[in-house]
Amino acid sequence: MTVALSGKEIAARLAKQFPGSIIEATGNTILVKADSLPEVAAFLKNAPDLSFDYLVSLTAVDYWDYFEVVYRLTSIPRNHSLVLKVRCQGRANLHLPSVTGLWRGADFQEREVYDLFGIAFDGHPNMKRIFMWEGFQGHPLRRDYL
Amino acid sequence: MVLKAEPFVVNLGPVHPSTHGVFRLRATLDGEVVVNIEPVIGYLHRGIEKLAEGRTYTQNIPFTDRLDYLASMSNNLAYCLAVEKLAGITVPERGDYLRVIMAELQRLASHLIAVGAFLNDCGAFMTPILYMLREREKILDHFEMVSGQRLTYAYMRIGGVSQDIPEEFLPALGKFVAGMPGYIDEYDGLIKENEIFLARTKGVGILPKDLAINISASGPVLRASGVKWDIRKADPYSVYDRFEFDIPTGTAGDCYDRYRVRVEEMRQSVRILQQAMAQIPKGKVRTEIPLTFRPPVGEAYGHVEAPKGELGFYLVSDGSIAPYRFHCRAPSLINLTALRDMMIGWKVADAIIIFGSIDICMGEVDR
Repeated sequence: MTVALSGKEIAARLAKQFPGSIIEATGNTILVKADSLPEVAAFLKNAPDLSFDYLVSLTAVDYWDYFEVVYRLTSIPRNHSLVLKVRCQGRANLHLPSVTGLWRGADFQEREVYDLFGIAFDGHPNMKRIFMWEGFQGHPLRRDYL
Repeated sequence: MVLKAEPFVVNLGPVHPSTHGVFRLRATLDGEVVVNIEPVIGYLHRGIEKLAEGRTYTQNIPFTDRLDYLASMSNNLAYCLAVEKLAGITVPERGDYLRVIMAELQRLASHLIAVGAFLNDCGAFMTPILYMLREREKILDHFEMVSGQRLTYAYMRIGGVSQDIPEEFLPALGKFVAGMPGYIDEYDGLIKENEIFLARTKGVGILPKDLAINISASGPVLRASGVKWDIRKADPYSVYDRFEFDIPTGTAGDCYDRYRVRVEEMRQSVRILQQAMAQIPKGKVRTEIPLTFRPPVGEAYGHVEAPKGELGFYLVSDGSIAPYRFHCRAPSLINLTALRDMMIGWKVADAIIIFGSIDICMGEVDR
């Protein structure tokens, strides 16, 4: 059985390592500041007792005031999981750091989020639309796109 | 005299027999050798995730059929598991067993198509796939018996399955399961040691273990690279923890291993089916829940080992009758991430085989 790690315990460790990086922790989830995402993600991947080597999925949710990007992580050798969330305030000119350098599995999924939600990932090698055609206006999975 | 040659761009697809749907491959070639590729997708994008936000949880079940339409039962199962997690609904034991039986039959059907189409791509044109379609037809007959449909079943319901199986189902399934190992031997007799097949697939399109994990590959693609990772064992759902079966893995991560892993998985599915048929209890097949219901505010992720890899549904509820967010983690899309790494340096004819060995379904890639 995949063990769902406690968000609070991981958050306590991360807060020591990177002060101010964690906004809140509930259940299996930690909510991380967007600026701290690269270092937190690298720590989660590289710490030997965590070794989150597998990015299961990456997606976003539109909550009107902010967008939440959800990273679902699993460790294949240790068989445990954690959900990492990052918030993006506002509705225009949204940017987040890309995690493709750590998990290349994010490649198509970040493009999908960019295409359908309009969040650009800085550092992505090929940041362009994936499903909709070039020149398409708008981002269809936003709540205000009807 | 030195001939001046420069790379040129060739479009494979979007409509081409080897692309298994509407997939376009923009390949840059140097003579016959692939120097760069760019997958262009989206031709089958129907916006299912958006449509699902406007329909109730129950109404969304038929949408999931149309994601990976070669494995509709697995899609139904993953979605229903996610909703059940979200709303805290339990499934009667018989319902769970029926789900496992359908999911494993579906894995057989999907792998038969995967292997058959792959051999088609290898140039064994139409002969092997005909044998495999013969068995797939029998599986579809079983599905027709329980759901009335042959492709998009919408058989599963939140809380179980739509109806109990008819009386003649289990005897018919017993006959099929008894015959299936012999059919698999028959395919192996045709292909396993065929010299042309070995020459075309061994060592071709290698996906190393580390890269397979790094690109989040799943299913037979991941296991062929030597990673023993199967959701049915790693995070058992339904009643999978009650069955004995092995996880076949490859060593080289080449096209041949991906083919072998699928064939071995078919044998394991037969094992699971035999055990499930022996253990299936009597009783209710569905927990009665209203057609329209309001799960509590929250989110849930339900995942299964679908024939093509880890299929997951991430649902967010705002307490209304429809999901606030409906996201499908599609194995076909993510398995394509490494396509470029696997294809560069190979000839065009090999590129077709490498693509075929991943086994994608465009309904799921584009959603």
